[in-house]
Amino acid sequence: MNPDLQGRAFAPTAPYLVGREKIREFARAVFAESPINHDPEAARAAGYSDIVAPPTFPVVVQESTLQQLLSEPDAGIDFSRVVHGDQRFTYTRPIVAGDELTATLAVTAIKSLGGHSMVTAESTIVDADGEHVVTAISTLVVRGDE
Amino acid sequence: MIAELGQVVAEKTYELTRDSLVRYAGASGDFNSIHYRDDIAAEVGLPGVLAHGMLTMGFAVQPVVDWIGDSGRILDYQVRFTRPIVVDPTDGATVTVVAKVGALDDAEARIDLTVSYNGSTVLGKAQARVSLASL
Repeated sequence: MNPDLQGRAFAPTAPYLVGREKIREFARAVFAESPINHDPEAARAAGYSDIVAPPTFPVVVQESTLQQLLSEPDAGIDFSRVVHGDQRFTYTRPIVAGDELTATLAVTAIKSLGGHSMVTAESTIVDADGEHVVTAISTLVVRGDE
Repeated sequence: MIAELGQVVAEKTYELTRDSLVRYAGASGDFNSIHYRDDIAAEVGLPGVLAHGMLTMGFAVQPVVDWIGDSGRILDYQVRFTRPIVVDPTDGATVTVVAKVGALDDAEARIDLTVSYNGSTVLGKAQARVSLASL
């Protein structure tokens, strides 16, 4: 893997408009049954402007930044050898329907470990006002030749 | 005080089927074929079709959300993917989640998740930090 990726500036992704039905679809897929994930009235009663996305929904927005990383021409990352090592989300607030989100990628660490490479990709997700919503951090393990 | 150190605050069992994987693929946009095609899974040396790690991360936190009542109280959530979950085409896979208070102060609790399938844990360092403010 190319060590120069660390510290490289990546362009923010195109805005992602969070739809109410997309949140409901994602909520059903992760067995999220909380009324605030499905019912706008329940979400408003809890103080939100619209239905609330489950905690791991940011992965949908983060995905386009990981594509940016893997498709970087000089990255030297073979997608078929990539395994998801760990994942973290740090929230300022939950995502709600109607949010327009933009993600910016940073590669914060590149390590080698026993023939494998590990890359830590941090995607900072902000709303239409530029306010922080959530940061999604993935460590991808690229398996070496076996 | 709504919780004490070491207390199990939630426990839940999930029955995953191939349908669950297809549903998650569509909802998340992760169409990696090892999550629905036996032939591809076998070709790359896997013991079978695997659940998406992010699906497991997704449902593992739900018992915590139901306990705390509002996912907006989750400040931070992290997992390490340590073992895959093989989802049998007919029998599926049964996954259990136990959520326990691992650390606690006046403002926050750290909830440690034990996620097991087939007698082994599948996630390492699975932790959610939740706000207890004005509860």
